Amino acid sequence: MLAFTLRRAVQAIGVMFAVGIIAFSMFRFAGDPVNQIVSIDTSAAERAIVRKSLGLDDPVPVQFVRYFADAAQFKFGVSYQFRQPVATLLMERMPATLELAICATVFAMVFGILMGVYSALKRDTVLAKLFQAVSLIGISLPTFLIGILLIYLFAVTLGWLPSFGRGEVVKLGWWTTGLLTVSGLKALIMPSITLGLFQMTLIMRLVRAEMLEVLRTDYIRFARARGLTTRAIHFGHALRNTLIPVITVAGLQFGSVIAFSIITETVFQWPGMGLLFVQAVQNVDIPIMAAYLLMVSLIFVTINLVVDILYTVVDPRLRSTVGRAS
Amino acid sequence: MTEPVLSVRDLHVEFASRRGTLRAIDGVSFDIAKGEVLGVVGESGAGKSVTGLAVIGLIDPPGRIAGGEIRLAGLRIDNLPPEELRRIRGKRIGMIFQDPLTSLNPLYKVGDQIVETIRTHLNLSEQAARRRAIDLLAEVGIPAPEKRIDGYPHEFSGGMRQRVVIALAICAEPELIIADEPTTALDVSVQAQIISLIKRLGRDHGTAVMLVTHDMGVIAETSDRVAVMYAGRVAEIGPVQDVVKNPLHPYAKGLMGAIPTLAGEDKRLVQIPGSMPRLSAIPRGCSFNPRCAFAFDRCRVERPEPLPRGTQSVACHLYDDVPAESVV
Repeated sequence: MLAFTLRRAVQAIGVMFAVGIIAFSMFRFAGDPVNQIVSIDTSAAERAIVRKSLGLDDPVPVQFVRYFADAAQFKFGVSYQFRQPVATLLMERMPATLELAICATVFAMVFGILMGVYSALKRDTVLAKLFQAVSLIGISLPTFLIGILLIYLFAVTLGWLPSFGRGEVVKLGWWTTGLLTVSGLKALIMPSITLGLFQMTLIMRLVRAEMLEVLRTDYIRFARARGLTTRAIHFGHALRNTLIPVITVAGLQFGSVIAFSIITETVFQWPGMGLLFVQAVQNVDIPIMAAYLLMVSLIFVTINLVVDILYTVVDPRLRSTVGRAS
Repeated sequence: MTEPVLSVRDLHVEFASRRGTLRAIDGVSFDIAKGEVLGVVGESGAGKSVTGLAVIGLIDPPGRIAGGEIRLAGLRIDNLPPEELRRIRGKRIGMIFQDPLTSLNPLYKVGDQIVETIRTHLNLSEQAARRRAIDLLAEVGIPAPEKRIDGYPHEFSGGMRQRVVIALAICAEPELIIADEPTTALDVSVQAQIISLIKRLGRDHGTAVMLVTHDMGVIAETSDRVAVMYAGRVAEIGPVQDVVKNPLHPYAKGLMGAIPTLAGEDKRLVQIPGSMPRLSAIPRGCSFNPRCAFAFDRCRVERPEPLPRGTQSVACHLYDDVPAESVV
């Protein structure tokens, strides 16, 4: 088990190294960073000083090692546009994005699993068919359109919910949260739904398909022959077997929720990392772009690792094969 | 005679399909007495398994019991509401399925699955149920049951898993066990162990057993009586010795003739020509008539009803009003 975790951790570091190379090469291919910093009338001598102070005159491998060593300590350099350390900027924005992503994922999981289980167990009811139809809409409508529709309905027409921003936030150390104020919670509703809707429909369809599959298996038939209650069969035996693939998908989707929050954050002007990234792209602020790339891949890789470990918790068969392999 | 544990009368099971209703079981009747093992034998699709599933009430839509009666110790169970039927399943009727590798939920320890079943049916505490589960595992011949009870299904071999399945089937002391091809998926050496285990359990507890299989060898070793099924009907039923030594129905004769004997002379085994009709194309009259060497006009028009013939009962026109000597 430990060996398995270690092996996966080493793989994760390998992936991060590769991403680091890509992030680093962005500096090389997106023009001369010095030009982004200085103004047009800066003299060549001054440019040389800036170049030297940023270490840009060192050989490329040296720069790369330095960049990677700094990145490993969460030092991503200074933003060209804000003239602040990128790490500080990201840290300021991260709580907003993570809170949104977690709310969206919880929303997607809870409703996705409930609707999926319902439409598998009561396959022929009107409600189950309605869920299926709605899930098609969720899968096919683009995120920004859903966001705009929600804003139009609930913010503009009905005036129930705010159309942008996080509302009032409370500081808890370096973390800021909108979960403790009414306006913060209200502001979370629409972005969470917008961001989580695709995941919800995905999970719902997955749960439904898996559950139908599991209900056909021999051990469910045998559970029925043993006279277990329908409740025990559906929720004790079938659901747990259903959740194995759901964990993977939901886990991997959490990474893309964070990555796709760029669109939702833009639509709702949500002060998170995604919005920061979009602004960075507009201003060719490469340190932020590179750092964002690294952060998102770190989150992805971490989630993958956690999902792999979670697997063995849920499925005892993997526990022993993993044990045997190590 | 005391009341049979299981009494099936004129059972009909139908499956609704796009091309009309298919009749999988067409008027099957039989009894199983306390402590008796009834072997049910026949080709694939003869309706053996469906009969077992009908008895335990697990025919799923689009299938349904379309007629007849099933009585468990006198109580009619084919028309019980689902919840009452569930209480009988596992408690009064235990079931063993064909494939032990897939019968157990892979995510739960075998002990938890046994305890869960025991506590569903018997009013026992967690500890008492666990002790009983260990006793059951010991009874079905699992070594070191107090250790193995915390194992997961994948840690057991096929034969051991089938023993666990049997322990699950008998955990509430059922009056009837339905074993649906319990040995088909196992190694030959393990088959014999499982068969003798089922036989011993039936004897020790006085449990009636309905043993569904296509293996005549298993039937001959285990059963007291045997029912030969063909195309959803019982062709012949009787004590196993009589049916094996002196089969009456032409189909049963064909089946017995197809068993190789160790001591037998060096002759070709009998082969029944053709194959069993599909459910959608059961011939008129006797369903066996197109394959039967003795078929005559009446067989193509009229369906034969079961006729008592000594200890046996046979559904064949050959035995209707004709002295037995003249046909054999």
